[in-house]
Amino acid sequence: MLDQSFIGYELPSFTADVEKGRLRFFAKAIGETNPIYTDEDAAVKAGYRTLPAPPTFAMVLDMDTPELMPLLGLLKMDIGRILHGSQEFEYFQPIYAGDQITVTSKVVDIFDKKGGALDFVVTENSYTNQDGDLVAKSTSTLVHRNG
Amino acid sequence: MSDIQVGTEIPALELPPISRCTLALYGGASGDHNPIHIDSDFAKAAGMPDVFAHGMLSMAYLGRMLTNWQPQAKLRKFGNRFAAITQLQDVITCSGKVVELIEENGEKLARCEIQAVNAEGTQTLLGEALVAL
Repeated sequence: MLDQSFIGYELPSFTADVEKGRLRFFAKAIGETNPIYTDEDAAVKAGYRTLPAPPTFAMVLDMDTPELMPLLGLLKMDIGRILHGSQEFEYFQPIYAGDQITVTSKVVDIFDKKGGALDFVVTENSYTNQDGDLVAKSTSTLVHRNG
Repeated sequence: MSDIQVGTEIPALELPPISRCTLALYGGASGDHNPIHIDSDFAKAAGMPDVFAHGMLSMAYLGRMLTNWQPQAKLRKFGNRFAAITQLQDVITCSGKVVELIEENGEKLARCEIQAVNAEGTQTLLGEALVAL
């Protein structure tokens, strides 16, 4: 069982740059062909300020920490034993190329199932842009295989 | 957007088979450098048959399906659970439909059930999206 005393723990916040080239690379990696995600003129014509980040991109910002997935070290989880259980996003404003997004992350639950064979860690993240606007929130569940 | 009713189907999105190259590109682009998705030796040592797809890759496919259907600016909520692992060479199809029209904070929204399914019919992702009308 993972250490439940970390329920309520807030990981150090950090700020991530939303780079235009990164958005284009991400679009390529997911097979996105709608030009609003790669061509600034197309994005502006569609009513966006510049290239918008696709709906799941906030999770990419989560990875922009000096140490990959700091939660793993914190809770002594083995990276080879984690699975993604669930993921939710709530959107308030677009995330755009050029934005600087501050990510905060809080552990909101830790529990086990199947007699301790699986541990679950739930985190809630918030994403705030350089203007101080909350642009998105997310909830993630990670599963750690113990046996 | 009065053409969106309960029962309206979101146009499905069928993906090419998941290759090792797909996973390498997604690992690099997403910043998820967990070797379990790109290094077969690591995956086998961790007790898996081989590398397998990032759940977030399939969620990104569901996102493509949603934004192909409606502009992203209308997407209010989007979530899913990862019900089964997506393996190499799986052919994933994303689909969904409107199940309810609701009002939240004075805004009319379509609640959509969405899913990703492999060629054997196993549901790999199951979730929900709220889209403004």
